[in-house]
Amino acid sequence: MQFESLNAFLNMGGYALYVWLSFGVTFLSMGVLALQTKVESKVLLQKVLKEQQRRQRIKLARQKKPAYSNMKSDS
Amino acid sequence: MWKWLHPYAKTEKAYQLCSSLSPWFWTGAIICLLIGTVWGLAFAPSDYQQGDSFRIIYIHVPAAILSMSTYVAMAVAALVGIVWQWRTAFMSMIALAPVGALMTFIALFTGAAWGKPMWGAWWVWDARLTSELILLFLYFGVMALYSAFDDKQQAGKAAGVMALVGVVNIPIIHYSVEWWNTLHQGATISKFDKPSIAPEMLWPLLINLLGFALFIGAVTVVRLQNEIVRRELHRPWVQQLACSKLDANLEHNDAV
Repeated sequence: MQFESLNAFLNMGGYALYVWLSFGVTFLSMGVLALQTKVESKVLLQKVLKEQQRRQRIKLARQKKPAYSNMKSDS
Repeated sequence: MWKWLHPYAKTEKAYQLCSSLSPWFWTGAIICLLIGTVWGLAFAPSDYQQGDSFRIIYIHVPAAILSMSTYVAMAVAALVGIVWQWRTAFMSMIALAPVGALMTFIALFTGAAWGKPMWGAWWVWDARLTSELILLFLYFGVMALYSAFDDKQQAGKAAGVMALVGVVNIPIIHYSVEWWNTLHQGATISKFDKPSIAPEMLWPLLINLLGFALFIGAVTVVRLQNEIVRRELHRPWVQQLACSKLDANLEHNDAV
């Protein structure tokens, strides 16, 4: 350990502002990007599932009323 | 080697590869960053000239080196995409861009916070600083160009050409401290034959360098997966994947 006390460590030899600002901003921005990436992957998979359910509903609706499509094409 | 590499041009294979790499990258990145940062902040000796402000080196130098390496990786992906028409290559290119831009931002920001106490100014229009700022704009340009097209294959080509042209900036950044009289100091660790840094200061730097590299890998593989899912929304394998992944989540929640 280079520092004698916790206060000395936090003080960083008088450069506390610059050192902690750098480390803080670095790890904060890295955390934000990582989190955004992870959240996006979950949102995308949910979107896929929703899209799939929507198409299944359309398919079911078509099967229930097959006459509808015939009517439309005849007219 | 080409036969081994070729299946990964297919999106499904690439997705599986990303899935198996991702946990290694994340755990490795967290472990290395933790060790390197704690070692660098608390245990490395302070510099005889710069005191404790030199500890910014443990994030500044890895971010700066990797901002350039990430750009080269992105340009290689762009080249592969343009020459062999691999869709996954363009996807990797665009997955690399945001994390590369983040590294460039970190290098610039920590450089400013280091420059203020050492040079007396947050920013100077020095060759090294200016060329690094141009690198940030190149990343933004690639991302903006990619999002400007609706046809993503076209978007990949356009952004890829821009990424390739921008490679000219990389040697300029690297040699800027030699070609011009800059305020920025010369290379510290790339002179392996005669390093100008003490080994007890160098080790945490190398560990953090590895940590940052693994972090870039981790973010890139997940972003590549996201890009694959976004572009192949309607493919059956993506739908099966979404079902199985979200089902696993539900079961997990039930168990808790």
